Amino acid sequence: MTEFQTVIGLEFHAELKTKTKIFCSCPTTFAGEPNTHVCPVCLGLPGVLPVLNKRAVELAMKAGLALNCQISPFSKFDRKNYFYPDLPKAYQVTQYPLPICKSGYITVPDADGNEKNIRINRIHLEEDAGKLVHSGESITTSNYSLPDYNRAAVPLIEIVSEPDMASAEEAKAFGDKLKLILEYAGVSDVKMEQGSLRCDVNISLMPKGSDKLGTKVEIKNLNSFRAMHRAIQFEEDRQRRMIERGEKIVQETRTWDEGSGQTLSMRSKENDHDYRYFPEPDLVPTVITPEWIEAVRSELPELPDKREKRLKEECGLSYYDCAQIVATPALAFFFDEVAKIFDDKKTIANWLIGDVSRLINVAEKEYEQIPIAADDLAYLLEQAKSGAINNNSAKAVLEEMFASGKKPAEIISERGFAQISDSSALEEAVKAVIEANAKAAEDFRAGKQQAMGFLMGQVMKATKGQANPNLVKELLAKMLK
Amino acid sequence: MSIYDMTINQLQQQLNDKNISSYELTKKYLARIEEIDPVIHAYITVTPEAALEAAKASDERRARGELIGDLDGIPMALKDIFCTDGILTTCASKILANFVPPYNATCWQRLADVGAVLLGKCNLDEFAMGSSTENSAYFATRNPFDIERTPGGSSGGSAAAVAADLAAYTLGTDTGGSVRQPAHYCGVVGIKPTYGLISRFGIIPYASSLDQAGVFAKNVYDCATVLEAVSGHDEKDSTSTPYPIGDYRGACQRDVKGMKIGMPKEFFEEGIDPRTIEIVKKAAEKFAAAGAEVIEVSLPHTKYALPAYYVLACAEASSNLARYDGVRYGVRVDKPTLEEIFCATRSAGFGEEVKRRILLGTYALSSGYYDAYYNKTLQVRTLIKEDYDKVFASGIDCLLTPVTPGPAFKLGEMLDDPLTMYMTDVCTVPINIAGLASMVVPFADIEGLPVGVQLIGAPFSEEKLFTAASAVEVPRRLPPDILKQAVEKGVER
Amino acid sequence: MAITVNDVEYVAKLAKLTIADEEMDGYIKKLSAILDYMQQLQEIDTNGVPLTTHVLPLENIFRKDEVKPCLPREKVLANAPDTEDGYFKVPKIF
Ligand SMILES: [Zn+2]
Repeated sequence: MTEFQTVIGLEFHAELKTKTKIFCSCPTTFAGEPNTHVCPVCLGLPGVLPVLNKRAVELAMKAGLALNCQISPFSKFDRKNYFYPDLPKAYQVTQYPLPICKSGYITVPDADGNEKNIRINRIHLEEDAGKLVHSGESITTSNYSLPDYNRAAVPLIEIVSEPDMASAEEAKAFGDKLKLILEYAGVSDVKMEQGSLRCDVNISLMPKGSDKLGTKVEIKNLNSFRAMHRAIQFEEDRQRRMIERGEKIVQETRTWDEGSGQTLSMRSKENDHDYRYFPEPDLVPTVITPEWIEAVRSELPELPDKREKRLKEECGLSYYDCAQIVATPALAFFFDEVAKIFDDKKTIANWLIGDVSRLINVAEKEYEQIPIAADDLAYLLEQAKSGAINNNSAKAVLEEMFASGKKPAEIISERGFAQISDSSALEEAVKAVIEANAKAAEDFRAGKQQAMGFLMGQVMKATKGQANPNLVKELLAKMLK
Repeated sequence: MSIYDMTINQLQQQLNDKNISSYELTKKYLARIEEIDPVIHAYITVTPEAALEAAKASDERRARGELIGDLDGIPMALKDIFCTDGILTTCASKILANFVPPYNATCWQRLADVGAVLLGKCNLDEFAMGSSTENSAYFATRNPFDIERTPGGSSGGSAAAVAADLAAYTLGTDTGGSVRQPAHYCGVVGIKPTYGLISRFGIIPYASSLDQAGVFAKNVYDCATVLEAVSGHDEKDSTSTPYPIGDYRGACQRDVKGMKIGMPKEFFEEGIDPRTIEIVKKAAEKFAAAGAEVIEVSLPHTKYALPAYYVLACAEASSNLARYDGVRYGVRVDKPTLEEIFCATRSAGFGEEVKRRILLGTYALSSGYYDAYYNKTLQVRTLIKEDYDKVFASGIDCLLTPVTPGPAFKLGEMLDDPLTMYMTDVCTVPINIAGLASMVVPFADIEGLPVGVQLIGAPFSEEKLFTAASAVEVPRRLPPDILKQAVEKGVER
Repeated sequence: MAITVNDVEYVAKLAKLTIADEEMDGYIKKLSAILDYMQQLQEIDTNGVPLTTHVLPLENIFRKDEVKPCLPREKVLANAPDTEDGYFKVPKIF
């Protein structure tokens, strides 16, 4: 039997993190009452004109740089013409022949764990459509629809990969990596559940070893990477069976139905499109100089691949620790902040992965909202390291920092966690213990090392556990000489 | 001298001398509209309350000595293609029969800011597609010089309103000649400035890369006064230029002596009425007599401008007019499904000419035809523009040409032959294609019908145009008895 | 160049226009005349000629990313043929 090879290309739409829409000054804030974040421009009223948001251009450039793309020195906008009630002007302003970024790639692990580059064909800037609320269960059963244009003209980038992926796993790895990079770059919120990151799949099958691509099918309505993974597996199977039965694959758009776990053909009406692209006369070209590119590049933080390498090499962290930190940009950025003040990176990593993460989870917070300041954590770790407080106290302090928002120094003094590390204050206590336990002191002098443990315990007891144990040991040794 | 004969400056003098208030002046214009407009049909909407209120506010400013400028308190009108906040804006289409914009077009806002008194909104060919105003969904406007004839189009209502003294000045738009051709037919001054000089924000688009607002006035100086007020960069229009506004009124006083006036030979070839050619030659003689140098030049791609115009304009229009889908505004034709609403609303809401141009434009952009039509035309556009660049680079200050082949034609004469109607734009469309400045001034007449001449300048050379126009214009007044007879006879709408 | 009934029906469908049977002949006749006229553009050799999409040499016209007030919702919906609960309203699509 013929073995088949799956060929997958992905298209992502990411909403850009600008304050305002791409061509008007309405806010991009998610949610809000319907049709309250709109103006004549994004409503497409007669006579209005678009003016391009500079920040949207820069965020698209940032995405391009983060994804190893070439930034086009000359790009322009085009109109894509079609009628749909969520599209106020009956055309979408997008970029067709001259997108802002071209030819990039992302590195992902392949099936054998080797690094594989998945190429990116292009990234273009465009406007989002509005949202339709349907009266019934779904678009097919509803009697009427309710357009809300709050989302209309929110800036989007469309990222189009080359058909370089061979499995659902690779597609998912690409998606995960892309999402992470965009998040690091600060380009998009990349929240699939809120629709700020959306994904379409193009998939075809061809006999293994062939270089002739099969008929491709597009899958839409994928609300998560899990859905994407399932949809690809379903579609691989469906297409293989069809080919094996000698049936012809139809080039079409299919929709993923989460409930039944299948892809379903969309009405053919939505398939035959002649978009009549032409240059948008209301906007002028964008010319990007090398200086502008460098200015934008300088805004980029360290990206995941490089960061993971650095944490491994410079900080001596394990692969597992690195991956944990790098997978959460907010945590990674927090790590960097703490590391600026406190230089034991291994300790920072342990605390972040351990107690800090645990407390964030307990508080049901996002990593973006870590409720403690980096310099406060650095202070706390410093206190623990110097022995000013012991490890258990440090954990308790951290907990209270999360709960009350108080400064660590304040908590340490209020709760009396400070260890007595002043030798003159301890000398008296040590002296008193030696006098009261003459027998044990004798034993120690006679060479019984166990006596030291007993004497130390007595000192700790006398100081209610606040004595710095290292110092106590030192003092005992000195006085018993 | 009647107040209707007065220029903007003369009216200001009257207002300052307290011979009349803006309120009274506005009332007079409104009364004249009531009397005359049933014959001319220049207005789709008249706004007496708002006009009188604005006039009153102007009078109060004048009394306080806080007058804003030369247009403060002067009654005027707008083509019904400029969006006016709170005032019906139909674009002479049934599909926008009930559309009340919540915003002002920038150029109207600029006039309102300097105290202009808006009398109402003038008729046009639906969505500015036409050359006679016969394509208005409401009624055809009549030429005040002969009510059996067209005032031209698409800004026919705005031109007729100035010619018939139904407004002191008006604004129109010009995509392929829609200001200049009606100015010529109605014996008034009309300017289509350089693309980008006046903001397009709030002007309902026909063809975005060609559309430009323009001014109708009684004479060149008034035209300069208004142009100074409406021009200049607008941050709401990406294609509006940061080019500084010129001293157009100052330019009206300058001498044409030493200016080089080009006569492009391609504008005097077949199809142009020999009487029109004679008139333009007389204008050339007038320039020469005033000390300008008249030189024959050549613009070899001229004949391709008209077919290029129809490809470009229709392609852009097919996209610009797609938004009229009955979802968010406008007149919806109810049907059980939205797909049916789209088709029914647009089929019933647009007139035949509009539908024809949408079909043409859709065809030119559709897959398989895009390269042969649209891309080819963008290349031809380059060639046409280069013709003009070369001529102006050779030292020519402005060009002198006919405006249309002949004077105003009879209503109904070309309705069944769109192509012949399109041909009347042959001398005006190249200017929009190349993004130049152009102006029409009345100069003579043929059998009692006004005939103007067209002056064409390089981009942003409006000052030169005003200098040349002032030297050549022969201001034209409507003989008073013509309209009187028409009013007495009465005309059916 | 002859435009066919199929062509007209195809572009009418794209443009969401309905052409009644009795109008079809008129459209074909007039559209064909205009398309014939446009054909003369093909006479010109435009090999290597750049495209002019804008007559003005403008580039990089941008807006600052600053929020300005939106349109009050009653104005947003004021011109709408049909609304419900702050939404526009349309019947089912197909
Ligand atoms: Zn907006």
